[in-house]
Amino acid sequence: MAKPNTESKAGLSTFTTPSDREIAMTRLVDAPRTVVWDMWTKPEHLPHWMTGPEGWTMPVCEIDLRPGGKWRFVWRKGNDTEMEMSGVYREIVPPERLVNTEKWGEDWPETINTLVLTEAEGKTTMTSTMLYPSKEARDKALGTGMKEGSSQSFDRLDAYLRTIARR
Amino acid sequence: MESDTLSTTFAALADPTRRAILARLADGPATVKELSAPFPISGPAISRHLRVLAHAGLIARSRDAQSRPCTLEAAPLEAVAEWAGTYRRFWDASFDRLDLYLENLKKKKKEKKRGQTKYRK
Repeated sequence: MAKPNTESKAGLSTFTTPSDREIAMTRLVDAPRTVVWDMWTKPEHLPHWMTGPEGWTMPVCEIDLRPGGKWRFVWRKGNDTEMEMSGVYREIVPPERLVNTEKWGEDWPETINTLVLTEAEGKTTMTSTMLYPSKEARDKALGTGMKEGSSQSFDRLDAYLRTIARR
Repeated sequence: MESDTLSTTFAALADPTRRAILARLADGPATVKELSAPFPISGPAISRHLRVLAHAGLIARSRDAQSRPCTLEAAPLEAVAEWAGTYRRFWDASFDRLDLYLENLKKKKKEKKRGQTKYRK
């Protein structure tokens, strides 16, 4: 499990791969934990921020916040592009821990996402870890995996691409 | 235009021999002879791979007839890494929005308090 990054600076997202099946992100925000918890779990807040790059909205944000409860988000860009994700909540421990599954269509693997919030001096460190069913699935999400066999030289190129991506 | 270049780059990368050549060049320039050494394929086959890589702008070839060293060109690979970074771009952008949204909420709260103080007077 990823530990909170105590060295994170506000405004800077850190991305790591704590194991070969996980992607973890860490970010520091200038708000107390209880507020940040609401940001992640309330439909009145989520569409205001979890929309990625310019041009996207979140017209659907359904949350049934209890163990076994379902969630569903739909993002839209312009008139013709839509993206949907959904899942089920597993663990809910406000304001510190949220565990849920996440699915994006039939062709993509289901992940188990764990959000951990820690607070210090009024600021909150958010650590979100996505657990993929396999290394291949995780690498596909990162975009660095390719379907060929893993020769040594391929691994070296893969490492080189990751070095550029980290800049 | 951008996506066309990306397709050319990906097509060039979609071959294990070409990826191995690029990985070797990541360590430094090499001659055609040096690049062919690890592979049990013919000279013309290697030359064909090098042409594909050069066409994609992934390698530069010197005109020196004697040594003809090839060097790695990083720009198209950076475009690939950029594309591969869509995932992190989504979260970077979302977290930037979260920062702004939280700031706006704080401002609104302060204004509300000031408004209430005014009323009490």
